[in-house]
Amino acid sequence: MTETFDVNATLGADELVRLTALQMAERLRAGTTTSVELVQAHLDRIAAHDGDVRADADGDRGVRAYLHVNTDEALAVAAEVDAIRAAGGPEADALHPLAGVPVAVKDNIVTRGQPTTAASRMLEGWLSPYDATVVARLREARLPILGKTNLDEFAMGGSTEHSAFGITRNPWDGDRVPGGSGGGSAAAVAAFLAPFALGSDTGGSVREPAAFTGTVGVKPTYGAVSRYGLIAMASSLDQIGPAARTVADAAALQQVIGGHDPLDSTSLADAPADLTAAARGRDLAGLRVGVVTDLPAEAFHPGIRAGFDEHVAALREAGAEIVEVSCPSFDAALGAYYLIMPSEASSNLARFDGVRYGHRVVPDGGGTIEQVMGATRAAGFGAEVKRRIILGTYALSAGYYDAYYGSAQKVRTLVQEDFARAFEQVDVILTPTAPTPAFELGAKTDDPMTMYVNDLATIPANLAGIPGMSVPGGVVDGLPYGLQLMAPAREDARLYEAGAALERLVAQRRGGPVWAGAPELEKGAQRATTATTAGGRA
Amino acid sequence: MPEITRDQVEHLARLAHIRMTDEELDTMSGDLEKILEHVSAVQAAAGDDVTPTSHPIALENVFREDVPAGMLTQEEALDQAPDSEDGQFKVPAILDGE
Repeated sequence: MTETFDVNATLGADELVRLTALQMAERLRAGTTTSVELVQAHLDRIAAHDGDVRADADGDRGVRAYLHVNTDEALAVAAEVDAIRAAGGPEADALHPLAGVPVAVKDNIVTRGQPTTAASRMLEGWLSPYDATVVARLREARLPILGKTNLDEFAMGGSTEHSAFGITRNPWDGDRVPGGSGGGSAAAVAAFLAPFALGSDTGGSVREPAAFTGTVGVKPTYGAVSRYGLIAMASSLDQIGPAARTVADAAALQQVIGGHDPLDSTSLADAPADLTAAARGRDLAGLRVGVVTDLPAEAFHPGIRAGFDEHVAALREAGAEIVEVSCPSFDAALGAYYLIMPSEASSNLARFDGVRYGHRVVPDGGGTIEQVMGATRAAGFGAEVKRRIILGTYALSAGYYDAYYGSAQKVRTLVQEDFARAFEQVDVILTPTAPTPAFELGAKTDDPMTMYVNDLATIPANLAGIPGMSVPGGVVDGLPYGLQLMAPAREDARLYEAGAALERLVAQRRGGPVWAGAPELEKGAQRATTATTAGGRA
Repeated sequence: MPEITRDQVEHLARLAHIRMTDEELDTMSGDLEKILEHVSAVQAAAGDDVTPTSHPIALENVFREDVPAGMLTQEEALDQAPDSEDGQFKVPAILDGE
């Protein structure tokens, strides 16, 4: 794409929003587009096609990616960048290379001055008194924040259907889910409602939506990006990461938000690698690519299996060395994840008690604090959140702790050992990201286990803390699917290098990037203005 | 396969401070059984000799200088409270009958 990019071309709003984030940045630096123009182009497109996530889905064919649109602030930041650039001088020279390029933020990452709900009634109307570190870094670099995107409540789910406010549609097929939990961020990026966005990945919540929407999603090494200000689900698994249309854009965004943060005690002190340089890619010749022999073939859609095999053959043809690696513990990883995650979540979500902030429900006729807590949490949490809290409380309770939580932590050790052995033989590991393409809305909401199985291939990376990335592989039955790359811990640069090379191979084979093939969007319902206005407690 | 009774779920819900309707208790016990049936495989996956991992990338002794920094003012801290009085969070009675 970049080969044919003319920074001076005259572009309409529809063409502007289809540029990559790095192309937008180049035009801003060249002065051929202003940040206000760029932000306004996205806001207009949101107004036309995003609809209103809080409206009845039956009457709204919009994408419904945004829970809150941050119009005034985004335009103000854009105008600031434009003014600095127009004035020239040292301040203009010191602008971040991405300054003025808009970005969207998943709504479980706290932001001052606009709501943060985690898609839960529990936090409806709440305003954070502080910014997450990643948000502070976006502000420092002067990236206008377009708004906050929809998710499964507290990031618990794989389809964004568990949002307390409403569903988000897959831009490729409005009757299908965009994946989850970060379906809003992925759908916004795929639908050109934002060039890139932040997500959070606990078991695949950035990578699976990327696979479902034909975009790129990255879970960095655990600790490579600060979690300060991410509303915690499972603290030993949660990781903030970028969603974008290209590997290079994802790298550029991780470069902005990553690096050590003293406010997160699990943050790595490593010197930051040059991810933007890494995302220029590498020669596939000599790249050692591991293919896991232990993933259950029958769980994967035949079209995805066939697509995966074709890409493996193409990699081999391009000079990559394909090595079969055995990861026998992957079999138990899903079970371990669905014990560790709810256990940690049950503890993390204890803070939502109706005392210091958020929702409070007082039972009829008053009540003790215990009764108020019980009523508050009954009304504030949705069914999936309650399910995970109860499951976690069970797994941690006396008499069951060793059998469940303890065993799961041992499986975690085995998964790490599997990866360590595999990475002695290979540079990266390649799997399909999700077993199926995007499924229909409502298809999996009745049986939690069918939804959980979706995370089969993405969970091991979270358990081991290693970085993983979903790159679009192609289209099956009119829907995109993803290829997942994984690299050893702290080797995010290697992941971006290999990811960019794989992305280029896929584009060569298809004659263009997967995301460019997304169909035209339908019109959305008009957004009710009151529902998205900051301030005022619900 | 582990059996999860309705009484057990009721106890767990009380521990977790979530009031549940009869219908929720019934659904939840069925859901938990289904999930536990699947995840119980972890018990056979690892032997006694395996050391549990609590954190994917172990860091030790993460300290900072012991100086106050980054604090909220009292006003900011109370700004989003459901109820407050005299600069403090206000909560309902802790004990019954007070």
